[in-house]
Amino acid sequence: MSRSASPLLLAGFAAAAVLAAAPLIAQTKAAAPAKSAQAHPPAKAATGAPAPAAKLGLGREALPEEIQAWAISVRPDGKGLPPGKGTVRQGDEIFQAQCASCHGEFGQGNGRWPVLAGGQGSLRSDRPEKTIGSFWSDLSTVFDYVRRAMPFGNARSLSPDEIYAVTAYLLYLNDIVKDEDFELSDKNFTSVKLPNAAAFYDDDRETTEKAFWGREPCMSDCKQQVTITGRAAVLDVTPDAKTAPKVD
Amino acid sequence: MTSPARPDALSRRRFLGGAALAGAGLAGAGTARAEAGKPDPLITEVQDWNRYLGEGVDKRPYGMPSRFERHVIRRDVPWLTASPESSVSFTPLHELDGIITPSGLCFSRHHGGIAEIDPASHRLMIHGLVEKPLVFTMEDIRRMPRQNRIHFLECAANSGMEWRGAQLNGCQFTHGMVHNVMYTGVPLKLLLAEAGLKPQAKWLMLEGADASGMNRSLPLDKALDDVLIAFAMNGEALRPDQGYPLRAVIPGWEGNLWVKWLRRIEVGDMPWQAREETSKYTDLLADGRSRRFTFVMDAKSVVTNPSPQAPLRHKGRNVLTGLAWSGRGAIKRVDVTLDGGRNWQHARIDGPALDKSLTRFYVDFDWAGQDLLIQSRAIDSTGYLQPTKDELRKIRGTNSIYHNNGIQTWHVKANGETENVEIG
Repeated sequence: MSRSASPLLLAGFAAAAVLAAAPLIAQTKAAAPAKSAQAHPPAKAATGAPAPAAKLGLGREALPEEIQAWAISVRPDGKGLPPGKGTVRQGDEIFQAQCASCHGEFGQGNGRWPVLAGGQGSLRSDRPEKTIGSFWSDLSTVFDYVRRAMPFGNARSLSPDEIYAVTAYLLYLNDIVKDEDFELSDKNFTSVKLPNAAAFYDDDRETTEKAFWGREPCMSDCKQQVTITGRAAVLDVTPDAKTAPKVD
Repeated sequence: MTSPARPDALSRRRFLGGAALAGAGLAGAGTARAEAGKPDPLITEVQDWNRYLGEGVDKRPYGMPSRFERHVIRRDVPWLTASPESSVSFTPLHELDGIITPSGLCFSRHHGGIAEIDPASHRLMIHGLVEKPLVFTMEDIRRMPRQNRIHFLECAANSGMEWRGAQLNGCQFTHGMVHNVMYTGVPLKLLLAEAGLKPQAKWLMLEGADASGMNRSLPLDKALDDVLIAFAMNGEALRPDQGYPLRAVIPGWEGNLWVKWLRRIEVGDMPWQAREETSKYTDLLADGRSRRFTFVMDAKSVVTNPSPQAPLRHKGRNVLTGLAWSGRGAIKRVDVTLDGGRNWQHARIDGPALDKSLTRFYVDFDWAGQDLLIQSRAIDSTGYLQPTKDELRKIRGTNSIYHNNGIQTWHVKANGETENVEIG
């Protein structure tokens, strides 16, 4: 179904396979700051848990080569970035070969595949378009996610230089860099900031939704009149049993 | 039955089974109320299953439900996502009872399909701000002290399609991104103690071994509190779609954090801002800003019967039932209204009301055939009262996608058919 044909589709899943947009917050202040970082966590386990007095002596030391092979995460401060570089121009070429079949030549997204560029200024609108340029907070997330999960169906196949180049091209598609000769590298990476970086804040429900606690709800004669204001059957988008998978 | 002995009892049963299933939609099907005074042939005639031998004990080494229950399955909504490998299926809540979800019916959400991993080939690495980076095999993990706990796992996007109004017609689709099983595993704090945390440690990053390399940042406090690294659910190994051989169990927190096929834990001093905590699982509010790290799933409930997929079929005595849960604690009370919120009664909670677990409630009632507008509202042990959808929208708008725990309304019509509606 095309995006326009499914007006109420869940945007979160719509972008399922990809890069879409999100936060930056350069030095993010931890959301739920862990207050007790201790050198030695309490040996006593949670209620009912066993409480070994000493280490169990299980597992073995991870070798540097093993850690290097698996430690692919990149943080907003650049920690985890591998050495490498790539230009917008190089990224364009790689993108057309590896990414455009789903995401479109310009990151506009084919069919239901995620849109990677555009949507700036749409976050307060009725139908926000959440892309790297309009929504994401950190460039590190682009690198990290492309490296671990893209191309969809052939993950972990791009070299660091290719990922730098594709990331540079995505910046270009989002008008964050204008020069086709712009080169992104581990050296200048953290100098690039995304537009929506400042628009994220930590969970504040316990403050802003404080009214939901401690209420004693009405039990009888609570309202005069009740009207039905919306019906699912009108939309008729629920899959029926006939379309469900066969199980035998 | 009237026909004499047939050797082919099996195919005959198949035929009967199909007929029974087809008739399931008829009101009154399966009732013993036949025509007054006329004997019921199901009683007066000897039935096949009463005459012929059934299958031997050797035929079903791993048993499956009766074929008369084959409609009780996970379903998906194809238009929701671009690919079935990064998508979600829904638990058939309207067909279940009690609080434990059968493993094969637990909704599943993947971002890169189901990784099929030989446990002998699985490794868990802990590194970063630790005294000694470690690698564990599954054998190592199974030699550690274990815990058993029952918890719900709810997708942050459960009910997300309903932010703008009533959309999907059935609690399987509106509320079925939740399941509740008993997990067996090792407290994460024990694993971290083996590696030894450095003083600067504040956050962990959990990462899966699947093709999405799913990764999330987890605050250390939670990790040292009640997080389990589980290898079993409902008494047996995890199902492949639930992370076999190893997954994280993060009680009360959004499902996305429960990393499946868990292979790596990195210890750091700040969150990683992974794609799944920036682009996704952040909650866009009306002012254009977004909440992030909205980990906890608030108190929520839904009436599973009657519901659109489980209409009322009988006048007179009926059982209303549903589920309530809270990521902040235990369920203390559930209220139910049959008249759109004009009047409420306390539902009867039956079975265990555990911490951060699905909790089963009932209202036994008589139905005279009038229209009903059914709602349930949960109250948890922190005093949180489940809000209405309008109360949530007032604060959050309609574009936050995740964390919709608003009160659900079902409209039961005179013919028993039931619809997902919103009321004002």
